Amino acid sequence: MFDFLDMDALLGAFWVTVKLTVYSAIGSLIWGTLLAGMRVSPVPLMRAVGTAYVNVVRNIPLTVVILFTSLGLFQTLGVTLAGDNFTVINFRLAVLGLIAYTAAFVCEALRSGINTVPVGQAEAARALGLSFTQVLTLIVLPQAFRSVVNPLANVLIALTKNTTVASVIGVAEASLLMKSWIETYAALLPIVAIFAFGFICLTLPTGLVLGWVSKKVAVKR
Amino acid sequence: MKLRKASAAAAAAVALALTVTACGSGKKDDAAGGGSAGGGDKITIGIKIDQPGIGLKTPDGKFVGFDVDVAKYVAKELGYEEGDIVFKETKSADRETAIERGDVKFIVASYSINDKRLAKVDFAGPYLLAHQDILVRADDDSIKSPADLNNKKLCSVTGSTSAQNVKDKLAPKAQLQEYGGYSECLTGLENKVIDALTTDDSILAGYAAQEAFKGKFKLAGFKMSNENYGIGLKKGDTELKDKINKALEKMVQDKSWDKAVEAHFGPAGYKNEPAPKIGNIVK
Amino acid sequence: MTSVLYDAPGSRAKWRNVGYTVLFTAVLALVGWWVYDGLSSKGQLDWAKWEPFFTSSQPYATYIWPGLQNTLIAATLALVIALPLGAVFGIARLSDHSWVRGAAGTVVEFFRAIPVLILMLFANAAYADFTDISSDVRPLYAVVTGLVLYNASVLAEIVRAGIQSLPRGQTDAAKAIGMRKGQTMRHVLLPQSVTAMLPAIVSQMVVIVKDTALGGAMLSFNELLSSVRPMSANYGANTIASFTLVAVIFVALNFALTSAAGWLERKLRRGKKSTGAVVHAGPGGGLETVGPGGDISTQGDIK
Repeated sequence: MFDFLDMDALLGAFWVTVKLTVYSAIGSLIWGTLLAGMRVSPVPLMRAVGTAYVNVVRNIPLTVVILFTSLGLFQTLGVTLAGDNFTVINFRLAVLGLIAYTAAFVCEALRSGINTVPVGQAEAARALGLSFTQVLTLIVLPQAFRSVVNPLANVLIALTKNTTVASVIGVAEASLLMKSWIETYAALLPIVAIFAFGFICLTLPTGLVLGWVSKKVAVKR
Repeated sequence: MKLRKASAAAAAAVALALTVTACGSGKKDDAAGGGSAGGGDKITIGIKIDQPGIGLKTPDGKFVGFDVDVAKYVAKELGYEEGDIVFKETKSADRETAIERGDVKFIVASYSINDKRLAKVDFAGPYLLAHQDILVRADDDSIKSPADLNNKKLCSVTGSTSAQNVKDKLAPKAQLQEYGGYSECLTGLENKVIDALTTDDSILAGYAAQEAFKGKFKLAGFKMSNENYGIGLKKGDTELKDKINKALEKMVQDKSWDKAVEAHFGPAGYKNEPAPKIGNIVK
Repeated sequence: MTSVLYDAPGSRAKWRNVGYTVLFTAVLALVGWWVYDGLSSKGQLDWAKWEPFFTSSQPYATYIWPGLQNTLIAATLALVIALPLGAVFGIARLSDHSWVRGAAGTVVEFFRAIPVLILMLFANAAYADFTDISSDVRPLYAVVTGLVLYNASVLAEIVRAGIQSLPRGQTDAAKAIGMRKGQTMRHVLLPQSVTAMLPAIVSQMVVIVKDTALGGAMLSFNELLSSVRPMSANYGANTIASFTLVAVIFVALNFALTSAAGWLERKLRRGKKSTGAVVHAGPGGGLETVGPGGDISTQGDIK
């Protein structure tokens, strides 16, 4: 029943999934924070662009976002992200697509975190003469981050599972291996079960650890 | 009070949505009643709906293609009117299960016969001998033999065997791009990011024959594998298999087979193999 | 609207803002031109690739509309079933009995950890093997089942967070006037937390709409996104045009959803004020930045 099981291939594929997740998580944290900064900034145009970006990207299926990085950015506009073969280029494009998409959710999580910081904190900072950037980076964001660890953990879990979509542009992660096994071995359920188990191994600990972290760092008020 | 009203509005909206969907799915059930029951006088046949030349859903809602013609001919020989045929899309990954579960009576969907599939389903035919080939831009003369594919950029559909075949045996140094569908590969071929699209020549011919691609692409004519297209049906149903085989033989005899090939693959300059003998699987 | 994050701009700050605006516009214009130039030089903006979507209703009647219908049906069914189920599990996670908390917690964590596509595949196989649901509606059932299992567990978390966001005094007061646990939940906690939950529930709705697309990839469920494949195959592989069209439809659909829900939320909040109930939008009642941002709006899941 499990004659298709090739441990090396399986672990290799899940390793790509892990790499996709880690790079995209770091990237989307940075880009999402910048977006959140744009959405609360004093420049109206930046606010408008930030809002538009979030509303558009959040509402498109991820499949389409990732396909556009390949069909649009790579094929048509010639963006290769310094890769010289399809494997590298596709991986980087997928990371770029995942960042672009996930950042919209990170931004919204952070914005709601900013909402939980008491007004007095920002008022006190302004009274001291801090500029907008200083208020945001020194006072508000550090507190906001601590209150949104849980929502961000949810975003990270979803991101882990979302990496499966990278297979639409041929990134050889777990779900692509699953598809080719299903195609070759015609043993749908056992194959699916193995990959489901693999994802539980990745996502459950993430949720538990970050849940614990969020309790540790929460700002007691 | 306002809260009440708003809640009532929300409840009404949900109720409305429910009724709408209930009606929607109710209608579906009615349609399904005749379709897949198998006992009535309808017959459900699995086809592809996104492969030009093989099986394609056209903008006017009709299905056209070589496989569709074969399916229609066989259904007619089995005693069904054209109006009694229910065409159903069967995705590649879903074909064996669709047969095993009885979702479809049989499948005519560029379905090549191999040992792994024979363990799960039976095949009538073969009705067409196709080969793995490549499609290149019409002005590209740099690929003269499969070995020239080394260092070229190839494209195929995710998880397909044709892509692996090139990588493992024919041109190990070729780069491989996999997409969910052939259309994305063709966009890449047009954009000159991809040098060749590889899969069965019948499918490639279907694309090359399209009005939008006239003169843009050509088939290289490499015969890199043998794909014996069969009609998949439930394992052990020898009665149906014999009937379908008879129908296929008749289709070749009365020249309908040639007409169908000419109609769907002809415009691409595709040189088809002669109609295969029933049961003769070319390895 | 002035924010608490910065002072009202003085004359120098105004000039600086104008400077930033000009710079930003220039960058945007540059990017826009780069995209346009790239697309047109590769012939992706050729009229032939876009023409079918503007000159004929056939692509809509044959591919888009049936797909959109299926997407809407599956999403509505999934939401209508998952919402009460999620509420039950969310409340169960707040139960006083540890075994109820534990059981509900396990179920929620389990279904949140598995990709929806895999849940759908399982449901499809189970329906095929153990029930005699007709094969024409089986993909729909499987898609809805997968969506319900996953989203009910996400909604359970939203409900839990919403109830926990209420001041403890609400429960204490309810207890003081002699309400039982069920009454407290029904008459005090749930009605108040609905407002706080709405933004999160809405973003989850958007997730459900987009996730129906997963059913098209492997289950032969003909939803909106999968309608691109036969469509682009007919119009000379105009993939960029086809996917753009579908993306626009998705954005419009989801934007309509969020707008409608925003309207409902504002109505609910207004209703609250007139009855004199004091409910902070979230814990602490913090910085209002841009518009009414929900406090737990992103505790829901993404995708």
